[in-house]
Amino acid sequence: MEAITQHREKNKVASEAAIQITDLKKSFGSNTVLNGITITLNKEENLVVLGKSGSGKSVLIKCLVSLIKPDEGTLTVLGEDISTLHTDGLNKLRKRVGFLFQSGALYDSMTVTENLLFPLRESKDIDQSEREHLVKEALENVGLSEVEHKMPSELSGGMRKRLGLARTLILKPEIMLYDEPTTGLDPITSKEISELMLTIQKNYKTSSIIITHDMACAAITANRMVILKEGKVEATGTYKELSSSSDEWVHSFFS
Amino acid sequence: MSNFLSTLFEYGKCVFGNQSSPSTKPPLIYQFLTGVADFAIFTGRYFMELIKPPYEFKELLKQSYRIGLQSLPLVGITGFIMGLVLTVQTRPTLAEFGAESWLPAMISVSIVREIGPVITALICAGKVGSSIGAELASMRVTEQIDAMEVSGANPFKYIIVTRVLATTLMLPILTVFNDIISMLGSLAGVNIHGDVSFSLFFAQAFAQLSFTDVFPSLIKTIFFGFSIGLIACYKGYNANKGTVGVGEAANSSVVLTSLMVFIIDMLAVQLTSLFIDT
Repeated sequence: MEAITQHREKNKVASEAAIQITDLKKSFGSNTVLNGITITLNKEENLVVLGKSGSGKSVLIKCLVSLIKPDEGTLTVLGEDISTLHTDGLNKLRKRVGFLFQSGALYDSMTVTENLLFPLRESKDIDQSEREHLVKEALENVGLSEVEHKMPSELSGGMRKRLGLARTLILKPEIMLYDEPTTGLDPITSKEISELMLTIQKNYKTSSIIITHDMACAAITANRMVILKEGKVEATGTYKELSSSSDEWVHSFFS
Repeated sequence: MSNFLSTLFEYGKCVFGNQSSPSTKPPLIYQFLTGVADFAIFTGRYFMELIKPPYEFKELLKQSYRIGLQSLPLVGITGFIMGLVLTVQTRPTLAEFGAESWLPAMISVSIVREIGPVITALICAGKVGSSIGAELASMRVTEQIDAMEVSGANPFKYIIVTRVLATTLMLPILTVFNDIISMLGSLAGVNIHGDVSFSLFFAQAFAQLSFTDVFPSLIKTIFFGFSIGLIACYKGYNANKGTVGVGEAANSSVVLTSLMVFIIDMLAVQLTSLFIDT
């Protein structure tokens, strides 16, 4: 009876959370990157993950979309246990999760429009006029216009980030995973991208995990923050709580 | 021996038991066997994705244009020079025996049976193999393939199936083109020292050619094209991270596909001689 109650409690938590990561472990050879991470991302929440370079932040979000297979632990995304999903189920789930790569990962042999249409190529129920409308809407939502026929190499760094964002938004995801979204951008463009992330949270009602080293970006976007150290969660709290932490190591991120 | 087996067992556990890789480098025999197994899985997946809808016709046409049409000038120039040089080099030997009239027939048989398909395949191994290897490795390094995967699309079908199918279909066409241009080169070579008309040259050339010369060599080119596309895609798709990985993928694509062309050619000759009395 107790086991059933515990199972129901667990399911209840999973259904309320957008993402539930439990005791996640991942090693590469002898290098342990994640050593028992437990994190919950609540619905419509922006969770910023901080940590030193090489602390496994990117590995963490790549595990969430099954680009990297974890060694141990449970990953529940939108109520589905990733480890139990086969290819079709995983692809369906991936369409509900947007991923912004650090480099943008734009398809450089395609135009801007082709980049945006790529995620829709297997959606046979969307006709041509609707596709054109979705492209226009996605570009407008990230503040890009009149670039439809350009190649990614013709765009600036900030525009490439916006385009990467537009490409994920075209599928109207419920969860956004940002891998260092402001890296390599000037402070003004970084601020614009950070504010755009807030707008997306509001308009699309997304829950987001944001990996960043940019404290200005964290200050703008974070509802809650997690700091990783040696593969484990070292501290959790709001930006205000962590910035006034008495722990010298935690505080060093904010100074 | 027991140490060697226990090491293999340890690595096997890591692969099949979902455990972290051991810190030491695996033995060479293990790397070779896992490489072969990995390539076999890759090939199996290709055939599965090939028959499974939806089909990427637009991308297939695009790749066929890149691999086929854009290779025509290089294949044509090489074919012309090859035919001309072969004729000029062979002529003195035949002249010693007073058999110059056999020149068109001899050249046509050697070009159609062997030199045309192999040279075309080697040109494609260099041009197309390196291009596919480097392109896919760059896409892997810049996370473009990962981006396709996380968008819920099927990058294997879009990238691999279309390229392998395009090389398989284009190689026979390029070979036929190369054979024709080589014969024109040979005609030019014959006319350096003599005066042979276009119609006489080709009448003599085709008189000695039969179905058993043309058909096996065209079948052979289908396998050449398939191996070039598959190996180059495998190397590029599984490239290691970093720019070094891009260079290695391009390099190993060319080396392995060129080697594979000769291996397939050797097997094809053996098989042909079993069934057709040459």
